[in-house]
Amino acid sequence: MSPLFAAAAETTFDVPANVVFAVTAVFMIAAAIRMVTTKNIVHAALWLVVVLGGVGINYLLLQAEFVAITQFLVYLGAIVVLFLFGIMLTRAPLGVSDDLDNNQKWVGIGTSLLLLLVIGYSVIETWGKDKLTFEAFQGVAEANTNGRTQAVSDTIFGQYLIPFEMISVLLLAALIGAIVLARRD
Amino acid sequence: MLLNQFLLLSAILFCIGVYGVIVRKNGVLVLMSIELILNAVNINLVAFSTMHGLGGQVFALFAIAIAAAEVGVGLAIVLLIYRNKRSIDVDELDELKG
Repeated sequence: MSPLFAAAAETTFDVPANVVFAVTAVFMIAAAIRMVTTKNIVHAALWLVVVLGGVGINYLLLQAEFVAITQFLVYLGAIVVLFLFGIMLTRAPLGVSDDLDNNQKWVGIGTSLLLLLVIGYSVIETWGKDKLTFEAFQGVAEANTNGRTQAVSDTIFGQYLIPFEMISVLLLAALIGAIVLARRD
Repeated sequence: MLLNQFLLLSAILFCIGVYGVIVRKNGVLVLMSIELILNAVNINLVAFSTMHGLGGQVFALFAIAIAAAEVGVGLAIVLLIYRNKRSIDVDELDELKG
């Protein structure tokens, strides 16, 4: 853990940001582990809320306000509710149930630990001491305007306009597909 | 703040999500674990966008939109499986096994 939090403060912003990061990281990891191990399916959805909220706080720490607000609105507001509806409609066992896991627990633990080892080693090797610079935002933010959100919208509607339009077609296709699939006839 | 702390947090969340996909039997729980994986990837994208321009944030927004579409269609499929088989255990869906 030592290289993780070794960024001792050089600017005043670093200490509170690191504290917030450490607290949210501990909560997120604990909630994620509870989510994949809990015996109660509704509790799994509620632990997912904690993880998604922590991800939103991390976006705020990374100074990505627009993505953070989208995360809160779309994930916490819509997707979790969708999951709860899915749990309700499939008549999942409410309360404690021993039938949620298969018998491949150790295969799963082995695979994910191996994956963590590989990803962690390569990440530490490659970006050992790189500090966050936030250089992309300098020069955009002007006084009294939300410069970063403005820059994000400029990027979406400039450089990435065609992918954005493709997303709208994809959402329409997904909407129609979901209706066709779930319709009773 | 180091770049690494976000990348490592995202790696840990990704691996927990992979564990959930492997171990969980209930279809809705598998979809939840996939959401965990997608969120881990989004943290990476936003972390790199602090150094390499705003494209990362835009791609994170696209990933959020695609995840929403994926959950909608995925839950519709799970509902259909439940309606046909009265069960959403993904381990029992082995018709394609020879």
